[in-house]
Amino acid sequence: MTVLTNKNIIKKLISKIPLILLFVSVLNDYDFNHLNLKYFSFNFSYILIFYYSLKKSESLGYSYIFIAGLFNDVVVGTPIGLSSLVYLILCVSAAYLRNITLRPNLIKDCIFFLLTILIVNSILFVSLNYIFGYKLYYFDQIINITFTFLLYFLFSNLFDFFEKNLVGNDVR
Amino acid sequence: MESSRDDFVIAIRSAFLKKGTQQRFSLLSLILFSLLLLILSNLNFKVIEYTKIGINEIVYRSSFIVSGPENFIKNSYIKIQNHFALYKENEKNKSELANLKAKYLVNEFVILENQRLKDIVDDYLIKSDTIFAKVLSDKGSPFLKSIISNRGSKHGVKLGMIAADEEYLIGKVVEVNYTTSRILLLSDLNSKIPVIIEPDGLLSILSGTGKDYGVIQYVEKNKPFTEDSIIYTSGTGGLFKAGMPIGRMNKISLNDEKKIDFFSDFSQLKFIEIFSYIKNEDK
Repeated sequence: MTVLTNKNIIKKLISKIPLILLFVSVLNDYDFNHLNLKYFSFNFSYILIFYYSLKKSESLGYSYIFIAGLFNDVVVGTPIGLSSLVYLILCVSAAYLRNITLRPNLIKDCIFFLLTILIVNSILFVSLNYIFGYKLYYFDQIINITFTFLLYFLFSNLFDFFEKNLVGNDVR
Repeated sequence: MESSRDDFVIAIRSAFLKKGTQQRFSLLSLILFSLLLLILSNLNFKVIEYTKIGINEIVYRSSFIVSGPENFIKNSYIKIQNHFALYKENEKNKSELANLKAKYLVNEFVILENQRLKDIVDDYLIKSDTIFAKVLSDKGSPFLKSIISNRGSKHGVKLGMIAADEEYLIGKVVEVNYTTSRILLLSDLNSKIPVIIEPDGLLSILSGTGKDYGVIQYVEKNKPFTEDSIIYTSGTGGLFKAGMPIGRMNKISLNDEKKIDFFSDFSQLKFIEIFSYIKNEDK
């Protein structure tokens, strides 16, 4: 009985790993969004949120994503509510894609993801630059978008592997 | 055509309004709530300000804990690297020390003389009580170059106070919470401070770039900078005391962008001093 309970706890803990990853990535000092490398940066939170909202929406939960956005705003120093908005737009986009997709395909997911991050980064760029008076480098944003898009392939497969082999769920 | 539009509307409506099995709020309500937060915080709404301070306190502390393992790995790596470079560094330090000892005696005389002269013209500023702070987080954000210290209004930190790493200026306090504060670094894009470039005595503005260096602005293109040019605060505007060392002219960019290498490595800050300058008689 004890063994069974322990197993349950471990299983529950493993199923919460995406959520833990999300909070670690927004609270971390060294997030992948800015690795201090000149031509390399990517936004891990975008990939994580989009993937799990698309494939397994119950894993993260919109409220937690909203809170993670607030935390990210505080850590990064952007106006409070902006990251939450961006994260939730990613969720909307993923939910829309989920609703219209009959046969899931990684390439289609990636293209939709690219469109979405182009839109959310544009919103971020415009609002930060023109409304809140922050100065952003256009080139840095492009680099960030490119690598976030390219790394979606890698992380998508990693998350698939994780879900199939560790959590035991077959993601669609 | 009509049915495809219907499908689109249904898919969008479902995306916005449908709640999952464990979802308490729909996406639409959360999006509206974040928009409301954005607007109210932009209007400096009091309740939002207090909420933000509350979140700041939680996030800064948890960020420090969450960053622990990575900080440990990073620090261990730096430590190992430093050990490898120890012998070479020791040799260099020995020769530098000999030079500095000689210069020290001359400096002592100049400092005392300067102090006496400034006292005469009523421009002699002294440091207020220094607050020693630990850096909780040095978030490398693409939007804001800042660090979070573990000292806040409870410890006497006030907006606009100066932050220094030993003798080197690193930034100023831009946000004060009860037990934490945020320091905007000189490398931030929005940081612009009046400086003087010695030995030529040129007045200029040092601007942050969002990277790990600053740039000198508003100086004539053909000004003769050398790699020995040192950047100090000029004291113009009364924000900083004149003569705080900031950085050295980058020798590779002497002719084009005029980059400044800061004396202090902002990514390696662990402990900092927070203080302000006051007139001698105010103390």
